[in-house]
Amino acid sequence: MRQPGSLRRRSGRLLLYGLALILSAWVLFPLFLIAFTALSPRPAVYAWPKTLVPDTFSLDTLVFFLNSHGVLSATLNSIGVALITLVLSLVIGAPAGYALARFVFPGRETFKVLILTTRAFPIVILSIPLAVTFIQWNLYDTLIAVALVHTALALPFAILVTGSIFVSVPKELEEAALTLGCNRLQAFVRVALPLALPGLAAAAIFTFVLSWNEVFAATILTLRNRTLPAHVLTVLNESPLPFRFAGGFFMIAPALVFIFVIRRYLLNLWGRVVK
Amino acid sequence: MAEIRLQGVHKTFGKVTAVNNVTLTVRDQEFIVLLGPSGCGKTTLLRCVAGLEYPDRGRIAIDGQDVTDRPPRQRRIAMVFQSYAVFPHLTVFENVAFGLRMQKRPDDEVKQRVQAAAGLLQIGDLLDRYPAQVSGGQRQRVAVARAIVMEPAVLLMDEPLSNLDALLRLQMRAELKRLLQEIRATTIYVTHDQVEALSLGDRIAVMKDGAIIQSDTPLKVYDEPATVFVGGFIGNPPMNFLKGTLQMADGQVVVSIGGQFLRSAQGQALAAPPGFQARLGNTVLLGIRAENIQARTEPVPGALPARVLVVEPLGSHLLLTLVLERSEGVQVDSESLKVTTGADFAVEPQPPLWLLLEPAKIRWMDPQSGRAINLERV
Repeated sequence: MRQPGSLRRRSGRLLLYGLALILSAWVLFPLFLIAFTALSPRPAVYAWPKTLVPDTFSLDTLVFFLNSHGVLSATLNSIGVALITLVLSLVIGAPAGYALARFVFPGRETFKVLILTTRAFPIVILSIPLAVTFIQWNLYDTLIAVALVHTALALPFAILVTGSIFVSVPKELEEAALTLGCNRLQAFVRVALPLALPGLAAAAIFTFVLSWNEVFAATILTLRNRTLPAHVLTVLNESPLPFRFAGGFFMIAPALVFIFVIRRYLLNLWGRVVK
Repeated sequence: MAEIRLQGVHKTFGKVTAVNNVTLTVRDQEFIVLLGPSGCGKTTLLRCVAGLEYPDRGRIAIDGQDVTDRPPRQRRIAMVFQSYAVFPHLTVFENVAFGLRMQKRPDDEVKQRVQAAAGLLQIGDLLDRYPAQVSGGQRQRVAVARAIVMEPAVLLMDEPLSNLDALLRLQMRAELKRLLQEIRATTIYVTHDQVEALSLGDRIAVMKDGAIIQSDTPLKVYDEPATVFVGGFIGNPPMNFLKGTLQMADGQVVVSIGGQFLRSAQGQALAAPPGFQARLGNTVLLGIRAENIQARTEPVPGALPARVLVVEPLGSHLLLTLVLERSEGVQVDSESLKVTTGADFAVEPQPPLWLLLEPAKIRWMDPQSGRAINLERV
């Protein structure tokens, strides 16, 4: 016999899945369109009406994009800049976050607000003086310069996010390690760090994607050493439509793959953290 | 092997004085309980001994060596935290082995010692699990095993039982006592639970407002509290305090409680302890435990009349809440008092009772200072 409540529960589940489906479609449909076009032969871009399943799978468009002048070096530049940004943000941001999480010092709250105010200055306004400064320092048109600006953009998030991660690692765990023979550094490395790792990985992904997608500063601060977004932006107007789709797909894909790969790590690292 | 000596330890957080000039010596292998209400500074004092807090003033010595400036790892201590603080990313085995691994002990020794400690705490079959996969009580055992596997000279425990449910706490309390008798480390145990303190400690140090008020054996703290606070904090129900006035009668100093003289069982006015002449006309507080008051349903010589407010059957005994009466219906200006009687004591709320105080068990207190009047000295 069926319980009366079971029907209601089932319809509730149906509603939940329905909403999830709609949300997923909202996000996935544009991605699908871009991927679809990028993986079709070039003429398919102009085809109308579109089929929902590509009738011919082809890497032509992507190969065309990758082979076009400057794309490969721009990609390498982008990866380089993103990696430097990731390392710098974590190396500077994680200790700052740790300090905010663990120590009570005068001006702590003010400091937190100050970190955020760095984001109050639009990058548009900062870019020109930065370009001038970088020219004076002989850093203009280098990957380092772009990575420095991206680090500046990512740091507030890196600090606040890692700070909240370290807050969630109970202080007593580190104290227990101290009583069991660790010095402060060992306690951090052996206890706080492994527990914070999932969160730190998330912060790392975030900075990577932020740098990978940043276009404005990269465009202003480079001339020949373009990052991918800067390069695509520069040549966008004189590019054929297949090139644009392929470029879009190529820029989205790494971020998606990265998150997919690390997602499992994020969710089941220790099962769950015990309080 | 390890005597702990605290000399004038003082610790403030901003404007709050957490530990106020505490001097205390814990003998080798002694089990001392720091007991006090929350916020009395007992945990801070423990953390000073552990090296997790640095005192503003004062010195801490363990086994004759000044460790005040040493980090926790150089003090030969182990600590059990209130939250257990087991490492969620390590298995139970690696949790217990953590300290030995830090000492870079050979694998054989680690394995053998971890298994011995796990056996003592009956967690031998959980060693491969992660803390998230064991119960709260088991996690608590892991925390204790992790501490004792280090064979510390000093074992520090910060309310280790307070997160367990009542039944488990009772069971674990007895087990802890057996275990600690076995390992014989000098132990400082922090709790706000007076029953735990009475049942576990060789000695109880009662703390209030950052200072140690009394430090004695459990029985002595119970029977002879140094202050009104200690008498009220320890024991369930807390000690009764009756207001009495010292008067002259028949050429001797006697105590009057609400107009009635305190009398012996024979009905004679009981003389106040010698040396009370100086306090003639003053009030004193008579501290007396619930079990040292006999309740009678009929008037007997020397008994104080009282009226029952509440009767609480507690299985093994009855707990009565009463007020003293000057005469029928006229209440004495005094707080209610608690009396225990046998479970079969026939009583209904409201009817009058007569109370016999056991004179030898009365603890005399000064109402101004709240301190016990030291009879030996006067």
